[in-house]
Amino acid sequence: MKRLLLGLFFALAALPALAIGVDEPLADPGLEAKAREISKGLRCLVCQNQSIEDSNAPLAADLRRIVRERVTAGDDEAAVQAYLVERYGQWVLLRPPFEPATWVLWLSPFVILATGTAVILLRRRRPAPAAAPAPLSAEERARLEALLRGEEP
Amino acid sequence: MALNSRFLLAAMPLAVAIGLGGIFYGRLGKDPSALPSALLGKPVPAFNLPGLDPTGPGLSDADLRAGSVTVVNVFASWCAPCRVEHPLLTALTKVPGIRVVGIAYKDKVADTQKFLGEMGNPYALVGADLNGRVGIDWGVYGVPETYLVTGKGEIAWKHVGALTEDIIRGEMLPLAEKLMK
Amino acid sequence: MIAELGHFALILAFVLAVVQGTVPLVGAARGHLPAIRLADTAAVLQFLLVAGAFAALMHAYVTSDFSLVNVAANSHSQKPMLYKITGVWGNHEGSLLLWALMLTLFGAMVALFGQNLPDTFRARVLSVQGLVGVGFIAFMIFTSNPFERLDPAPLEGNGLNPILQDPGLAFHPPFLYAGYVGISIAFSFAVAALIEGRVPPSWARWVRPWTLAAWSMLTIGITGGSYWAYYELGWGGFWFWDPVENASLMPWLAATALLHSAIVVEKRDTLKSWTILLAILAFSLSLLGTFLVRSGVLTSVHAFASDPTRGFFILIFLLAVTGGALTLYAIRAPALKAGGVFQTISREGALVLNNLLLATATATVLIGTLYPLVLDWLGGAKVSVGPPYFNGTFMPLLGPLMVALAIGPLLPWKRGDLAAVAGKLKLVAGIALVAALAIFALTDGAPWLALVAFAFAFFLAGSVIVELLERVQLRKLGPAGAFRRLIHLPRGAVGMTLAHLGLAISVFGVAAASGFAVEHLGIMKPGETLKIAGYSLTFKGVEEVPGPNYTAKRGTFEVAGVGTMRPETRRFQSPPMETTEAAIHPTLAGDLYVVVGEPTGPGYAVRVYWKPFVMWIWAGGLLMAAGGFASLSDRRLRVGAPVRRSPALAQAAE
Repeated sequence: MKRLLLGLFFALAALPALAIGVDEPLADPGLEAKAREISKGLRCLVCQNQSIEDSNAPLAADLRRIVRERVTAGDDEAAVQAYLVERYGQWVLLRPPFEPATWVLWLSPFVILATGTAVILLRRRRPAPAAAPAPLSAEERARLEALLRGEEP
Repeated sequence: MALNSRFLLAAMPLAVAIGLGGIFYGRLGKDPSALPSALLGKPVPAFNLPGLDPTGPGLSDADLRAGSVTVVNVFASWCAPCRVEHPLLTALTKVPGIRVVGIAYKDKVADTQKFLGEMGNPYALVGADLNGRVGIDWGVYGVPETYLVTGKGEIAWKHVGALTEDIIRGEMLPLAEKLMK
Repeated sequence: MIAELGHFALILAFVLAVVQGTVPLVGAARGHLPAIRLADTAAVLQFLLVAGAFAALMHAYVTSDFSLVNVAANSHSQKPMLYKITGVWGNHEGSLLLWALMLTLFGAMVALFGQNLPDTFRARVLSVQGLVGVGFIAFMIFTSNPFERLDPAPLEGNGLNPILQDPGLAFHPPFLYAGYVGISIAFSFAVAALIEGRVPPSWARWVRPWTLAAWSMLTIGITGGSYWAYYELGWGGFWFWDPVENASLMPWLAATALLHSAIVVEKRDTLKSWTILLAILAFSLSLLGTFLVRSGVLTSVHAFASDPTRGFFILIFLLAVTGGALTLYAIRAPALKAGGVFQTISREGALVLNNLLLATATATVLIGTLYPLVLDWLGGAKVSVGPPYFNGTFMPLLGPLMVALAIGPLLPWKRGDLAAVAGKLKLVAGIALVAALAIFALTDGAPWLALVAFAFAFFLAGSVIVELLERVQLRKLGPAGAFRRLIHLPRGAVGMTLAHLGLAISVFGVAAASGFAVEHLGIMKPGETLKIAGYSLTFKGVEEVPGPNYTAKRGTFEVAGVGTMRPETRRFQSPPMETTEAAIHPTLAGDLYVVVGEPTGPGYAVRVYWKPFVMWIWAGGLLMAAGGFASLSDRRLRVGAPVRRSPALAQAAE
């Protein structure tokens, strides 16, 4: 029973809970658009599979407000991201950074494509291992000649 | 069959599967949504929060550099697990050398006061973070969360979610002891 | 009582699965006919038992029998009947039962309709299927029993997640499960072939109908899921590269690759080792998906309540099935003899390219999904891999893939002339390029990525049409003759045409909806008018409206030339939560999407989107599935099925 309730609690805790709210847009539409773009690239920490732009969680609204403040203060995307990463770690970025820890992540699709291509091309260079048919015996050869001449076997 | 290149190639998917299987096994039981703090080892962010009583003291970063190891608990009256962990916080106040302070996160002052009146107040100091900004500076993303801060004001440990006896005995207290030396 | 019968049926099914998984295998190895024949009977019987258990659980839901833990946790007497029924699979235990149902259903179908397969081979296939069933049913009986009783029985249930109370729920899981679990047949075919040590071209012909059926169902399931997210979750998104979405996409990509490489095995008796591997991997990816959703190692909006004990059991099962099959593969695959030779530029070559790209795509999605987990395990920083990663690595593969799809069907087998094909397609390529440039010129601020996607989509669609025209020999026979040929085209060809066209349409839809969407987020007061994308919306206000098990705040918008749109936010009691119901006005050219929210300041929070051609995304998906079903109905796929043809038709059909 306890497991049941615990399960329910976790299930509930993971779901978006509130109706949408709308933030006060910035006066400058250019800055507002920039703030929205940046927000789309930040992960909501509560509803962890949405961006803060899409999430209805109160924390997401707070973070969107912060993004707008930073953008108004003149920060560019990298600076806003750095501000949030300082507080929440790399995880808050939807786009994994390109650094030693993630080289494998970013490069593997190309490596796989290249390796796959290489394997395919190399295997085609090697002649197909077709077993040569066993040589015909004299009797079989005679039969073959007869057949080719159109006679009955 | 000989250990030729074809066999090795054919065995690769198996090797990958086994490898992944081992990693999955290692990750079972760990909460993937728990984020480690980005502030571990760093000084507490600068902040100055008013107290619940407008005439009384609040909570600021200076308080956390006062010299003693501090447990900083982020809580709210509207948070159910905070009620569940509350007795443990009260128990923590009895541990010598540790001070417990609280940050009321996005909570109306009257509600916080009622909560503490009901459950008891284990906090030496309470700061009221009405709009949650200070919480964001600490990297808070839900309540409750608990931090362990050294005497010099550095964040040494963070726990997301309600405290349990196991966590306190197994992680928090041993670390606190080390920090007190 | 009925629940106990259901539980008993499940236990019997387990025992039967053990028998089905072992006896026919031994029988096939020894040539013992009764043991071989047992496979068919066991498979059908097992399906009936699991179906019985499923019916028992459904009965409990329909009658709101809260003495069952599962029903009490997930249902409520006030729920509409449709959702009581669909609630059967909206939870962990019930969905496992649905899994088992699909698994045994496919097994029974092979037993009943697979008479064209040699008896020993069919017995081995059903045995492997049985072994998979053993693990699954054991998992249910020992850790996730849907028939567990609750004493004392509560008077009322805890309700179902309101987001799941939606007609889309009725479609999405059963199709998805029919797909993902149906792939188990391809897996069983592959393992049976490895056991026999040979993969004759007929193997490919036998495996295709089953794979097509599962693939088509999976296509519908994924399309449905994406559409459901679009209209239900309230922000107009349709794919987030969420781990569980990826878990359904990976088997789909692998199955698509499998369908294409099986063609090469059948026609040219080569690529066998790779195709067998694909069949094993496709199902392994399905199992991996099951593990990821239920074990708690990854967070996802889809995840059921997770439990490490269950996770451990699934992991063991996953390793046993995948590990066992891959070990057999490692041992037996190198001995598989390769057959026909072909030039790089040929239809086989195009199919190899197709497979290479699909395999890379599958690997990319797998790596992106698992990377945070692996990095976390290594002790590295916690990194999140979101849509920007997948969009950057997966999307670029679609371009070359679409080119391969365009060129492949026009190339002959064995040896082709790329210049000739290029000649046939240069007009289409030209038109595609011009169209994309025209769109660039006519709109301002068009994202170049969307334009590139458009160009590829137009090119593929045009090439499909060129191929079709060539196949009906329009040039040689003239319109009347071509039309006659069109009607009598083999269904397989029709299927291919529809499916490839479907992909082009979907890509076009994605590019249009993502690249050219217009959004307005703001506060509206009653009486205000908003102009967006040529529509004029007047906000009339918000009123409270009661529903069957919720109260709704309904907003009213008068849209000039369209009518009234009524988005809602619904507040449910059990469990307590709110959902947003968007009001959508769909047209061929795009959707007007309206969401109303909290009262804010002087008015209400309102989001209005214009999503151009967004419906084309799902229309394309359904077209792909239709193509799959069309190919499935091709009699040529069923070896031994009598072909009734009149002489005139025989001439026309070549």
